[in-house]
Amino acid sequence: MAPLVSISGLRVAFDGTHVLHGIDLDIDKGEALGLVGESGSGKSVTWLAALGLLPAKAKVSGSAKLEGHELIAADGKLLDQVRGRRIAMIFQDPASALNPVLTIRRQLCESLALHRGLRGEAARTEALRLLDLVGIPDATRRLSAYPHEFSGGQVQRIMIAMALAGQPDLLIADEPTTALDATIQAQILDLLSAVRREFNMAMVLISHDLGVVAENCDRVCVMYAGRIIERAPATRLFDDPWHPYAQGLIGALPPLDGARRRLRAIPGTVPDPRALPRGCAFAPRCTFAGDHCHAGVPPLAPLDQDRAVACLQPQRLPVELAAE
Amino acid sequence: MTTPLVEVTAISRTYRMRSGLFGRPAAVHAVDGLSFSIAKGETLGIVGESGSGKSTTGRMVLGLEPPDAGTVRFDGAPIAAPGSAAWRAQRARMQMIFQDPLGALDRRLSVAEQIREPLDIHNIGTAAEREARVHELLHAVDLNDSHGARYPGALSGGQRQRIVLARALATRPDFLVCDEPVSALDVSIQAQVVNLLIDLQARLGLTMLFISHDLRVIRQISSKVAVMYLGRIVESGDADDLFARPQHPYTQALVSASPAPGRRSTGRIVLTGDPPNPAARPSGCAFHPRCRHAMARCAVEVPALTPLDETRQVACHLVAGPQSQTQDAA
Repeated sequence: MAPLVSISGLRVAFDGTHVLHGIDLDIDKGEALGLVGESGSGKSVTWLAALGLLPAKAKVSGSAKLEGHELIAADGKLLDQVRGRRIAMIFQDPASALNPVLTIRRQLCESLALHRGLRGEAARTEALRLLDLVGIPDATRRLSAYPHEFSGGQVQRIMIAMALAGQPDLLIADEPTTALDATIQAQILDLLSAVRREFNMAMVLISHDLGVVAENCDRVCVMYAGRIIERAPATRLFDDPWHPYAQGLIGALPPLDGARRRLRAIPGTVPDPRALPRGCAFAPRCTFAGDHCHAGVPPLAPLDQDRAVACLQPQRLPVELAAE
Repeated sequence: MTTPLVEVTAISRTYRMRSGLFGRPAAVHAVDGLSFSIAKGETLGIVGESGSGKSTTGRMVLGLEPPDAGTVRFDGAPIAAPGSAAWRAQRARMQMIFQDPLGALDRRLSVAEQIREPLDIHNIGTAAEREARVHELLHAVDLNDSHGARYPGALSGGQRQRIVLARALATRPDFLVCDEPVSALDVSIQAQVVNLLIDLQARLGLTMLFISHDLRVIRQISSKVAVMYLGRIVESGDADDLFARPQHPYTQALVSASPAPGRRSTGRIVLTGDPPNPAARPSGCAFHPRCRHAMARCAVEVPALTPLDETRQVACHLVAGPQSQTQDAA
C-alpha cells in the first residue's frame, strides 16, 4: 500500500542555519504517528515546512508528497486544496487560532464553505453536527457564542471541529493538550482517538510528553537536533528504547508507581543549531559515545523490519539499563 | 513529637471579581479553610489543576498575601506583617522559586550580582565573604564561576532555574516554596533540576512546599502530598501510598489521567464536564458535578477532611472510615 504522506530528505534552514537535516517519514492511511523530542528538535518545523507554512526566508528543500503530489514549492492553488482539506492542523494554543470577534457558527461555516462548498442551511446544519460530534453540550445555542465564552478544553474541541470540517485524511495535532489541565487533557485525547476511528483519519501527534504519545500512537519517531534518531512501534520503543537519547528521555520521566529511583538525567543541554557538534549531535551528552561518534553523522539505519535507529552501536548498550 | 516548621490553620482567601464592565462583583473563594503542617526537613507537595488555589496558598504561607481568615505560623511564631523588620527577618529564612526563571531574574544584572543581592539586602557577611558565598552557591547548583559573569539572556532555561535556586539559597533559608519550578523545562532538563532539588534538600535539611500540576514530579520529590480542588484539600497522605491507592474520586481520576509510557488508554477514568470555575463553586462537595459516584447528599453537604488511617485524610462522603467503598472505583 502506498503511504498517504511520504516525506524524504526534507531540510529547512533559516538565515543559513540548518534546523532540519533531512527527514524521511512515511504515514499510512489511518495511522497514528507520534513525534517526540524536546523544544527545538524540529517536530513542528517538519510539518510547517511540508505544508508551506514557514516564513519566506526559510529555505526548504527535499520532498513531501501527498499521494504522489509534491507539496514542497508547490503553487498556492494546490496547497490551498491540501491545507485544511486533505491535511488539517491543530495547535497548542487554540484560543489564538480562532477569531475573537466572530461567532463559532461564522467560523465553522467559513471552513465548510471553503473546503466543502457548503452554504446557507446546509452549512449551518453541518456546523451543528460537528459541534455535537466534538462533545460541546447544548450545541444549538452555543453556535452563536464567541470564543471567549468557552473554556480552554472546549476551545480545543471547537478547533478539532473546524479541523474536521474539511474531512481531512490527515490531522496534524501539534501539542494539542499541553496547555490543558490533566483531566481535560484526557478528555481531548479520548475525543481525538474517537474521531480517528470514526473517520479512519491518520494523525500525527506532536508532543514533548512521552506518555501522551505512548498511549495514543501506533508508531513513534524520536527527534533530536533536527533529525529522527529512532523510529519504532510505540510499545516496543517504550519497553526497549535503543538510542541512548530515547533511553535518556524515558529514564528522565519520574515513575508514578513502584519504588522511587533517582532520575537518570541526560547531562548537558540541547545543542545550539548554529553550533552543532561534529558527528552525532547527541554524542557530547551521550555516556556511550566513542571517538567514532564524533567522526560522522550516523544514518537512520533499519535494525529490523519496523525499527530504525541512528546510532553507531545501539546493540552494545547494556540491556539492564534499557529495561529499567 | 517536634513542632512543625510551618503550621497553617484554616486559612482562606477571597478575591472580588467583576464579570464584565458593569457586572456585579462576585466573590471568588480561591482558598477556603485550608489547614496543613510541614515538619522540619519534610517536603509537602500540593497538586491540583488551574484554579485550585495552590499558588495562592504558597503566597499566603510566605506572607506575600495576608489570609482573610486563619493563621500561618513559622517556627512557632505567626508570620509578621509584610514590610516590618520582623517579617524581613523571617523572610530571610523562607524563599520562593517560580515557574518562569527569566521573569524572576533581571536581564541587566550579571548572574553573580543577582545571587549576591539577597546577601546585600539582608546585610550578611563582608564583601569577601559574599564573593565566596556566590562561588559556593554556583557550585552547589552545578554551575561554575564563568556562569556568574554571564547575563540571564545567555543561559538556557535549566541554567536560569539553577540561578534562581542559588539565589534563593543565598540566605541559608530553612524553608523553600517552589511553585511549578520545572514545568517550563524540557524532560531531560527537568530531571536535572528535580535531582538537584532532592540533593540540596537532603544536604541542607531544607523544608519544602512544592506546588505542581505534575503528579510524577510531585511524587518524586514529596514525602507527603495534598490534593487540592477548588480551594480545598480533598485528599492528603504519604506520597507513594496516595498515588498507589487514591481514595477520593478526584484523585483517582487525576492518577488515571496521567499518561504512562507502555500503557494503552484502557480503563482510564475520563471525567466529564468542564474544569472547575472558582467564581461559580458548586454547592456541597465542589467535585460532585463531575463525580461518577455522586449521591444526593454530595450536592448539599460539604464533606470534611476526615482521617482514614494514620496518614491518610479524605474529604468525601463515599469514603467514610475504614469501610471505604473504593472497590468499584478501582
